[in-house]
Amino acid sequence: MTESPNTENSVENIGTSTSSHPVGQRVGSFHVKGSGDTSGFGGLVQTIAIPGATARPFGSWFDAAADVLETSLVKQGIKVKDAIEHYTVDRNELTIVVRRENLISVAQTLRDDEALRFEVCVSVSGVHWPEDAGRELRANIELLSMTHNRRVRVEVAVPDSDRHVPSVTAIWPSADWHERETYDFFGLIFDGHPALTRIQMPDDWDGHPQRKDYPLGGIPIEYKGATVPAPSERRSYS
Amino acid sequence: MSTDSYADAYDTTEGRVHTLVGGDWDSVHGAPEGQQERVVVNMGPQHPSTHGVLRMILELEGESVIEARSAIGYLHTGIEKNLEYRSWTQGVTFVTRMDYLSPFFNETAYCLAVEKLLGITDQIPERATVIRVMLMELNRISSHLVCLATGGMELGALTAMTIGLREREIVLELFELITGLRMNHAFIRPGGLAQDLPAGAEQKIREGIAKLKKNFKDTSNMLVDNSVWMARTSGVGYLDLTGCVALGMTGPVLRSTGMPWDLRKTQPYCGYETYEFKVATQTSADAYGRFLIRLEEMDESLKIVEQCLDRLRPGPVMVDDKKIAWPSQLAVGGDGQGNSLEHIKNIMGESMEALIHHFKLVTEGFQVPAGQVYQAVESPRGELGVHMVSDGGTRPYRVHYRDPSFNNLQAVPAMSEGGQVADLIAVVASIDPVMGGVDR
Repeated sequence: MTESPNTENSVENIGTSTSSHPVGQRVGSFHVKGSGDTSGFGGLVQTIAIPGATARPFGSWFDAAADVLETSLVKQGIKVKDAIEHYTVDRNELTIVVRRENLISVAQTLRDDEALRFEVCVSVSGVHWPEDAGRELRANIELLSMTHNRRVRVEVAVPDSDRHVPSVTAIWPSADWHERETYDFFGLIFDGHPALTRIQMPDDWDGHPQRKDYPLGGIPIEYKGATVPAPSERRSYS
Repeated sequence: MSTDSYADAYDTTEGRVHTLVGGDWDSVHGAPEGQQERVVVNMGPQHPSTHGVLRMILELEGESVIEARSAIGYLHTGIEKNLEYRSWTQGVTFVTRMDYLSPFFNETAYCLAVEKLLGITDQIPERATVIRVMLMELNRISSHLVCLATGGMELGALTAMTIGLREREIVLELFELITGLRMNHAFIRPGGLAQDLPAGAEQKIREGIAKLKKNFKDTSNMLVDNSVWMARTSGVGYLDLTGCVALGMTGPVLRSTGMPWDLRKTQPYCGYETYEFKVATQTSADAYGRFLIRLEEMDESLKIVEQCLDRLRPGPVMVDDKKIAWPSQLAVGGDGQGNSLEHIKNIMGESMEALIHHFKLVTEGFQVPAGQVYQAVESPRGELGVHMVSDGGTRPYRVHYRDPSFNNLQAVPAMSEGGQVADLIAVVASIDPVMGGVDR
């Protein structure tokens, strides 16, 4: 490990040619439903897009790391396109979007190759994009290399109809509770996890609360005759 | 046999199981000759020595812990879900309540992540950043003092508790002076701070840290080299570097193995690379080493606070961009709280556009470009990370907190199995989990 700050990660280095990936639509300006449109923006339709694939060169240390990973995968007899969907370089962070079929090989390589050495799995969490057909659920595995003082994110996108992701607990034992939490909140099933049970919600809970189709709940607040609707029922602007 | 329907006996594949509810030990006559006796004890979630609502399920043979399992979730409040229904600025009010002993770390991690998504990290005014660092380091002291206090209490050192809570009070009074609240401040906001330091705050902080410095000797004298304290903590809760890395341990637990991993040094944020301080390490990899690290870190934090005070120069505490900056500075009005009079004069009497702008920014908030970031800070308990996703709207699409206590609690079995029940208490105390952060 190094004691000095990570100077190779200057913002100028970040990948510039990143495509955008549509994940949904935003209609109107105030998200008002069930009442007449008083804003005049009711016909407005905008595409919601998140950063997608980044073309090389990525900049910073990202190219070299990607090369090492790809070379190692080929040596193991895995075609790169069967393992890695694409890379995203955004805000000076590298995301490797991995196909679940080869997640374990990629994870093992990221941990063991001495030019990579991501020896710590910091966190696993999920994101739900209900309108991104076939890629509704994402598992984000945040990795840290103390040896090289770097971070990388491994992302796995799976369809909601088949929410299986291989568990990385055999590679990083610290992923245990994080995967249980992601299962609890998103319903992602981590195959090979030693005891995939709920961790935050009670064992007999119905549904997975962080999914976008799970309501926030809440009751209207009444005070001195006035009523404020529950947070999810209030007019939103996003 | 007891008549209690919850306390009965039944046969399983592993032998006869007796369920006891208290006061009915006489009804069990022990295992037959030649058979092992194993007692399963449920400890918590309401127990004075489990450091909050942590539940432990222990399998004991005599006084030895054979298996320890922790169960969490008793303080789950759905903060991450709630954030998705609030504006980016309102989110601070929620995250400050997660790990309630280190609110400024939660707030700073959140704000740094929002700022990274907005791409305004470089535009945060110097004064705001210095005050953030100062508040975080004062917070590190107050958090470590609670760790010593509750840890001491759990191991029977009650004077350590009274000293720790007494000293923490000095810090909390400073927080109250600066933010108006002792906990749950919501003071650090995306783009800067909610408001500037009040008049006379710098003097009060200097007086406070002088007092703390003087009293730290009491705390050290109380427990360092104290033979009873050492007997309870030395060699207890051992976890070496390999174990720490495998289990993703950070903070004092990792540093007690001799690894000088501190994000303030290795991946600096808020300008930590410009402050002079040491990373405290020990090589004993046990509960006593972690205790020594926390003592040393409090000293180092005081040094950083002093450097912050020397660096404070007058200036803005909110980013210049009026599309992000909260429109007014708060001021105490006749009713105890409110917007500054100057601002009210402007929006009510001079500029209708300013009023519209104020209204839009407060009710609708600002939009954050789509994308995802991970931002980590070194909290008193280790790496506090925020994974934040934006869909380009005025509300967070998804915020995940990687709380160090949540991750570190996974090490309880590795640290305690094979030891004594009493050592388990020292193990949990040395991890210093805060259940508000674990369960969120």
